[in-house]
Amino acid sequence: MSKQLDLERLYRVALRIRQVELKIAETYPEGKMRCPVHLSIGQEIPSAIFEQVKLPGDTVVSTHRAHAHYLASGGDLSRMIAEIFGKVTGCSRGMGGSMHLIDREKGFLGSSAIVGNSIPVGVGVGYAKKLSEDGGVSFIFLGDAAAEEGAFYESANFSAIHKLPVVFILENNLYSVYTNLGPRQPSDRSLSYLADAIGLESAKAKDTNFSDAFLKLQKLTEHARNRLGPSFLEISTYRKLEHCGPNDDDDLGYRPKSEIQKLKDLDLVHFLGQSTVMSLEERNHTLKVINKEIDSAFEFAASSPFPTFSEISNGVYAT
Amino acid sequence: MAFMQRSAASEILRVLDHNLNVDPHFLIGGLGVADPKGVFGTTLGLAEKYGPSRVLETPTSENAMTGIGVGLAISGYRPLMIHQRLDFFLLAMDQLVNSAAKWHFMFGGQQSVPITFRLITGRGWGQGPTHSQNLHSWFAHIPGLKVVIPSFAHEIGSLLQASIDDPNPVVFIEDRWIHNMSVEVNDLRINQKIKLGTAHICHPGNDITVVSSGYLSIEALKAVSNLATHNVSVELIDLRTIKPLDLETILQSLKKTRNLVVVDSGHEIASFGKEIIADVIMSKDVLLNNPPQLVSLPDVPEPTSHGVIGAFRVSAAKIAMSILNTLSFSAPKDLFHKLTPDKEDVPDATFTGPF
Repeated sequence: MSKQLDLERLYRVALRIRQVELKIAETYPEGKMRCPVHLSIGQEIPSAIFEQVKLPGDTVVSTHRAHAHYLASGGDLSRMIAEIFGKVTGCSRGMGGSMHLIDREKGFLGSSAIVGNSIPVGVGVGYAKKLSEDGGVSFIFLGDAAAEEGAFYESANFSAIHKLPVVFILENNLYSVYTNLGPRQPSDRSLSYLADAIGLESAKAKDTNFSDAFLKLQKLTEHARNRLGPSFLEISTYRKLEHCGPNDDDDLGYRPKSEIQKLKDLDLVHFLGQSTVMSLEERNHTLKVINKEIDSAFEFAASSPFPTFSEISNGVYAT
Repeated sequence: MAFMQRSAASEILRVLDHNLNVDPHFLIGGLGVADPKGVFGTTLGLAEKYGPSRVLETPTSENAMTGIGVGLAISGYRPLMIHQRLDFFLLAMDQLVNSAAKWHFMFGGQQSVPITFRLITGRGWGQGPTHSQNLHSWFAHIPGLKVVIPSFAHEIGSLLQASIDDPNPVVFIEDRWIHNMSVEVNDLRINQKIKLGTAHICHPGNDITVVSSGYLSIEALKAVSNLATHNVSVELIDLRTIKPLDLETILQSLKKTRNLVVVDSGHEIASFGKEIIADVIMSKDVLLNNPPQLVSLPDVPEPTSHGVIGAFRVSAAKIAMSILNTLSFSAPKDLFHKLTPDKEDVPDATFTGPF
């Protein structure tokens, strides 16, 4: 079952996420996307690796920083942009915005704006998968801060009791908004050690080591897929821009200059672009195709209508 | 020949058993659902009959278990989660408010969340500040939730079935004292269909309308029946559900009586009782003869001591006094005494706690 990482595919997926996020950042000041956006620039690789592990029938839940997870799951780009524009053609009909993305056809069951909130939901989906014997895996994306929430412990505990087909993918970008790990977690305890102690099959990887991260995620996913129990991968990564919004926030000084420089210099999407995964000609062509798709998604969003008020008030309850 | 009696707790057990039997996607979960006491007898025997996957004994993780219920509900299952005290469920507010209540709306109506929460509220026997809270007003404040408060043993099964059948998250609040109330097994009303959002006039009258819910409707009925013997004609409306609220039935009654007492088992500040009074006052259809009254708990946590619980609690006697005050009637001799039981911290002499 095991396979090697497809570097070209990794690059294509990561590049597409990067270009989408750059376009959002570039046009955000126009004031048409009037909701918080938590961009994934710098954090594309974990999603692009995940894209090569997810199978049809698997499901995903995610966080406030969901764009990369949604796109890597196959979520519809035009409907995501329309959602951020607040349009009725958006994936959540304009009710959710950037933080509440969904594409059920692709198994992307939803993202939530509250830290740790989607974790138990994903575990419940995993329990449903166990009961219905559908063979799929429930992926749960979370950040380093979510591991500080009780919901994580409670959910991990339950998934371990019932040996649920759940894979926790924790992206550790070192910061909860502007607060580093120092005051939040003991420096001598790793997250994967913690997860392991709760009963999750666990490993730790860095997004800079593509192949290692892929092989670990693949192995951990197989563990869950083979109904051996839940698993957990911590992937260290780094966001390039501010916590929320289209700019950098380096002027705030909450991240050491040396850290920013070191990790920003390590632009993994750029690195892949400069590598041998693709010829220059093909790279230019790929970029052109992606940008065209993105332009068309933005045009779709801009030209779509807003939802009406009756649609809002009728949408509270299912009938 | 005496008719067979069944307790309200047995009625709940009957409905859960039925749903587990007919719907393979229905399941129940909670701390104690498979334990020897079976949540006050309401889940006894179900784990043995349907297995531990569908009668799920859970870790003491109220928040995650609520979210896990949401995950099941968006995956084609119909979970019913049980908490032996409403107070314990306060740990689950994130998953109730930010997940269960919002999911259908915030994803553009693509996915409903058919989940029921049975929350049991303690009453008396020293339940005290953290085992007796009636926070239905909180839940009613959240768009996306429905709130059901059964009162009578003969309706509890129908209301539970309507809650289970509803495609939305329903908070079903059971007063602990209702569990021991009984209904005749041949009572045809136990199988009636009740639509959520329909109140019931359980005692017709002309002088004044009393709006009540939950266990306090039983207390109110005691008060109303007693006052009837003194020629005070009270129309008692049992709400059954506070969300959706059947305001129409209340307003229709008030067009006739033009006097209102609202009974609420919660604390007076920001109470649902005041919501009803506000709705009535704002309505153009009704002009009251007298200022409406609210009978509710003071803005004080429930004391544990059984020596003072009588003074704190809403009771039949207090409801009767409020009705008489609203109408400026003087109280019949001995009324308060007649409506006040010897022990105010138990529903009847058979109740000996401990929980």
